[in-house]
Amino acid sequence: MIEVKNVNKSFGGIQILSDVSSTFEKGKVNLIIGQSGQGKTVLAKCIVGLHEIDSGEILFNGSDFCKMNRAQRTLIRQEIGMLFQGSALFDSMTVEENIMFPLSMFQKMTKKEMVNRVNFCLERVNLSGRNNLFPAECSGGMQKRIGIARAIAMNPKYLFCDEPNSGLDPKTAILIDNLIQELTYEYEITTIVITHDLNSVMEIGDSILFIQNGCNWWSGNKNTILTTDNTEVSSFVYASEFMKEIKDSIRVNKRR
Amino acid sequence: MKWIEGFGKYFLMLIIIFRAPEKYSIFRKRLFNEIELIGVNSIPIVALMSAFMGGVISLQTASNMSNPLLPTYTVGFITQSSTILEFSPTIISLILAGKVGSNVASEIGTMRVSQQIDALEIMGVNSLNFLVFPKVIAAILFFPILIIFSMGLSLTGGWVALILSNLSSTETYIYGIRYYFEMGNIWYALTKCIVFGFIIITISSYYGYYVKGGSLEVGKASTQAVVSSSVAILIANFLLTQMILLS
Repeated sequence: MIEVKNVNKSFGGIQILSDVSSTFEKGKVNLIIGQSGQGKTVLAKCIVGLHEIDSGEILFNGSDFCKMNRAQRTLIRQEIGMLFQGSALFDSMTVEENIMFPLSMFQKMTKKEMVNRVNFCLERVNLSGRNNLFPAECSGGMQKRIGIARAIAMNPKYLFCDEPNSGLDPKTAILIDNLIQELTYEYEITTIVITHDLNSVMEIGDSILFIQNGCNWWSGNKNTILTTDNTEVSSFVYASEFMKEIKDSIRVNKRR
Repeated sequence: MKWIEGFGKYFLMLIIIFRAPEKYSIFRKRLFNEIELIGVNSIPIVALMSAFMGGVISLQTASNMSNPLLPTYTVGFITQSSTILEFSPTIISLILAGKVGSNVASEIGTMRVSQQIDALEIMGVNSLNFLVFPKVIAAILFFPILIIFSMGLSLTGGWVALILSNLSSTETYIYGIRYYFEMGNIWYALTKCIVFGFIIITISSYYGYYVKGGSLEVGKASTQAVVSSSVAILIANFLLTQMILLS
C-alpha cells in the first residue's frame, strides 16, 4: 500500500501540487486522472522519488520514502516497476537485454535463469520469441508491452504506469489495460496508473483520484465517476459527444 | 549566479559519479564498450589530423629556414617539440572535444529526454555512476594511447612531407627529432591529455545529463558541451603548463 499525505510541490515558485493526500491500495488498479497539466505525472514522479517534495509524506507500507537515504531508497525502488509514457526502453539493447537489465543489476541469477525469466515475462505480455528485436524495430504497442515485461521482471510490489495508452489504437489500448489489471490481481501489486483515457477509467478503475489544479479534487471508482455531481469531474468525463450521449442514456434509465 | 550554481552542480555530479560501481561485471562490459566508442572509433580522425598536421608543421618550418646559420636538423627538432608539447596533447584533445564531447552529450541528453535515465533511477541504479564512470575511465585509459599514436603519426607525416618535397634527408630529420629529446615532455603531454580526457567527458556528461526539454535542447546541450570543454581545455592547458613546465 502507498499513502500520500499532504504533499506539496512547486517548481520555480509555481505551485504544482497542493496538499495532495490519497491512499493507493494493494491488489487494486489505482488511477490518477485529470486534464493535461494538472500535476498527475508530477505526483507520480514525487511518489517514486524522481522529484523531491517540498512537504508532506509518502509512505510505502508505512515507511516514509522521503526520509530514506539513497541506499534505503534503492531497496524500495527495486520493488517498483514503472512503465513510462514513451516506454523508455534502452535503445542500444535488444528486447531481451532490456528485460534482463534489472535482473543482471540486482539479482544473483545465472544467465540461464535470467533468460528463463525474460521468456516468462515476454510470454505474459504475448511477445514470446521477440527476444532479439531492438526497440526501434517494435511498434508502439509492442514497446509498451516490452516496458511492462521489464517492469514486472523483478516481481515488483508496486507498479507505476504513466499514460500506458497514449498513442495506441483503442484495441491495443484495451489489451494493455487488461494486461495491467491481470498482473495487478495475479501478483497482488499496488498499481498506480496515470491516464486521461476514459476507456481505461471505465475498464480498470478500481480506485480513481481526480486531480485538478494540483489538488485531489475527487476520489471514487469506475462506477461512481459516471454519476458524480462534481462539476469538474463531470465536465472531464462527459467532454465528448459520445460520452454526453451515454450520460443522457443513464438519465433516461434512471427515470424509468 | 548561474555560473556558481553550475559549478556547484558539476562538482556534486562528480561526487555521485565517483562511487564504486553497483556490479563490477556490468561495469567491465560497459568500460570495454566505451573504450571502443570513445577511443577506438576516434583513431581514424586522430590519424588523419596527425599525419597531415605533422606534414604541415615540418613543411612550414623548412620553408622558413632561410638563415644559413640554423642547422638543418632544426626542422626535425621543431616538429618534435611542437608535436609533443602542444599539437598532439592539446589540438588533438580539442578535436576530440568536438567528436567525443558532442557524442557523449547527445547520447546522455537523448537518454534524459526519452526518460531512459528516469527508468534507470526507478530501478535503483545510480544513473550517473552507471553512465558516466565507465566513460571517464575509458577516456583516462585510452586518451594517452591516442596521443602517443598521434605523436608517432605526426612525426611520420613530417618525415614523409620532407622527403616528398626533397627538403631534408631521413638522417637529418631523425637526428633533429632525437636532438635534445626530453622524456619529461612525454610525461607532461600524457598528464595533459589525461586531464583533458577527464574534462571532455565530465563536462559533456554534465550538459547531457541535466538537459531539459526535447531534441532541440539536446542539440543545444551538445554544442554547449563542445564549447565549454574546449574553453576548459585551454584554461587547463595554461594552468598545467605553468605548474609542470615552469615550476
